[in-house]
Amino acid sequence: MSAFWSDLVSKFGIMVLGLAVFAAVVGLVLFLADRAPKRGRDYWQLAAFVGPSIVLLAVGLVYPAIRTTVLAFFSRQTANGSDFVGLDNFVWMFTQPEIVIVLVNTLIWVALVPTLSTIFGLAYAVFIDKSHGEKVLKSLVFMPMAISFVGAGIIWRFMYEYREVGFSEQIGLLNQILVWIGQDPQPFLVNSPWNTIFLINVMVWIQTGFAMVLLSAAIKGVPVEIIEAARLDGANAWQSFWNVTVPGIRGTLVVVITTISIATLKVFDIVRAMTGGNFDTSVVANEMYTQAFNRGETGYGSALAVVLFFMVLPIVVYNVRVMRKQKEIR
Amino acid sequence: MSTDVTAAADAPEQPTTRAIATAAGGGKARRVKDRLTSPWATFAAILIATLWTIPTFGLLVSSFRTPEEIRSNGWWNIFVSPSFTLENYLDVLTVQGASSANLGSYFVNSLVIAIPAALFPIIIATMAAYAFAWIKFRGSGAIFVLIFALQIVPLQMALIPLLQIFSEVLGISGTFPAVWIAHTIFGLPLCIFLLHNFISEIPGEVIEAARVDGANHTQIFFRIVIPLSLPALASIGIFQFLWVWNDLLVALVFSGGTADVAPLTQRLAELVGNFGRNQERLPAAAFISLIVPLIVFFSLQRYFVRGLLAGSTKG
Repeated sequence: MSAFWSDLVSKFGIMVLGLAVFAAVVGLVLFLADRAPKRGRDYWQLAAFVGPSIVLLAVGLVYPAIRTTVLAFFSRQTANGSDFVGLDNFVWMFTQPEIVIVLVNTLIWVALVPTLSTIFGLAYAVFIDKSHGEKVLKSLVFMPMAISFVGAGIIWRFMYEYREVGFSEQIGLLNQILVWIGQDPQPFLVNSPWNTIFLINVMVWIQTGFAMVLLSAAIKGVPVEIIEAARLDGANAWQSFWNVTVPGIRGTLVVVITTISIATLKVFDIVRAMTGGNFDTSVVANEMYTQAFNRGETGYGSALAVVLFFMVLPIVVYNVRVMRKQKEIR
Repeated sequence: MSTDVTAAADAPEQPTTRAIATAAGGGKARRVKDRLTSPWATFAAILIATLWTIPTFGLLVSSFRTPEEIRSNGWWNIFVSPSFTLENYLDVLTVQGASSANLGSYFVNSLVIAIPAALFPIIIATMAAYAFAWIKFRGSGAIFVLIFALQIVPLQMALIPLLQIFSEVLGISGTFPAVWIAHTIFGLPLCIFLLHNFISEIPGEVIEAARVDGANHTQIFFRIVIPLSLPALASIGIFQFLWVWNDLLVALVFSGGTADVAPLTQRLAELVGNFGRNQERLPAAAFISLIVPLIVFFSLQRYFVRGLLAGSTKG
């Protein structure tokens, strides 16, 4: 126990020291800017305020991104350096069957997660709209959004857990349900390609709450009177939902779908925690980590990162354009 | 992108109907409301809410069952043979040794990582956001757009070279400062963008008046900008804190993976990697890592939602 306490004190010591050094550096920079020679004082102060951000971003993000792009055209780094290999890393990606599976999996993820999360989130938002206990019902579905993907992975590992028949009772709820209805239990996370669907289910479970909160707010922005008018004209609940509510929240729908798509393309933790990318479940972000940091294949890892960038790029651009447009309307 | 997203969600998208809305009485709204909430919709809502809650509830129940029970049958048996023990929590938190979960240390690591990694980017970003909003200089617009555009770079693009810089140039790979700096860098573009949205809305007269009184930028920053931006700083700070707390990827790459530095998420990922041997520890272990986000979620839900909507495009 005492080992724990001394460990705790020394770590918090490092933290306090880190915070103090940070405060001292920031304070010193601002103080010096304050005392800068009168001539050009504005420039000194400007440098003090934006300098730290620009240096950090240039060294920590811009340079690495460029370097990764360069590394994508070189072989793995060894003691003797690395060789320029042209497009070989990309050719490797599209010719290795297991990496093709990774790319296909990523496409399946990005097709299913935004669609299903948005459908569930929208349906739920409509169902609970103005119902009793709306706040509590919202919290319950939104909660998974607060916890880590690793935590969510563990929660669902227990849901999917599989025991061979006759070995012991099932401890996973889903397999127990299969047993109750007279079916054989399934190793959900092993059987490809369905295991990818079961991983996707975890992401849908998390993202539905996000879709629900945004869409719920949008639905409340659609004036009740238009819906009332539609009803007076003889539209039933379903028709007024499709012809009045959905067009009224189209902008928010786009934002929700694109945002979830971006998060889905970068998904890493769920795959890592649930299957480790085994049994044909890997995705680009996970494979990038495996190649670069587990196998030391910096060339392959960089090429996969570049592919990820080009997958995310069009969605972000589209997202920004939609947001710009909405701003203009306002 | 918070302001955009939430405002877009709140704003009625057909402004012309506003007049009708105000003209009509509240009674009508009531009637429509009654008609829209059918018992079926309520039933479906409760069904979805139950389905969504069962997995977490099951794990919570499991965490209080004895190791033998966790191994031998499912958590729903608690309704047949109730039991309660804190054994698992004591085991994963306090037992020391090579094969133990040792989560006490990792919990401390998570705190030591997340507190500075939330404060650093917020402070640096506030300074930059102030400069972009209120210090006029040539190229300010272009640099700001560039920083905004950096949000599209997935952090995967930066991992390999940044790790090389940390290990070969700075020699800090696998230490707390390496993780702090990495999180600070990855958090900056979004924080600058969001805080700029907020700080640029501070009324110009306030800043102008201070300047007339002889205050320089440093004084304006500390006496006006920071106090006025506290709500925004809180929302974005909470989001950044949770993002760091829940992160696995940055931790895996930069923390070195030992009990000296690695956070809870990394230890959990290791434990779940050997599911068969650790299954009686995992429910309690998972809840120890979930407790901080859940407290934040339920106690600061308003800030949390705002920050989350703002930061949902991060990473």
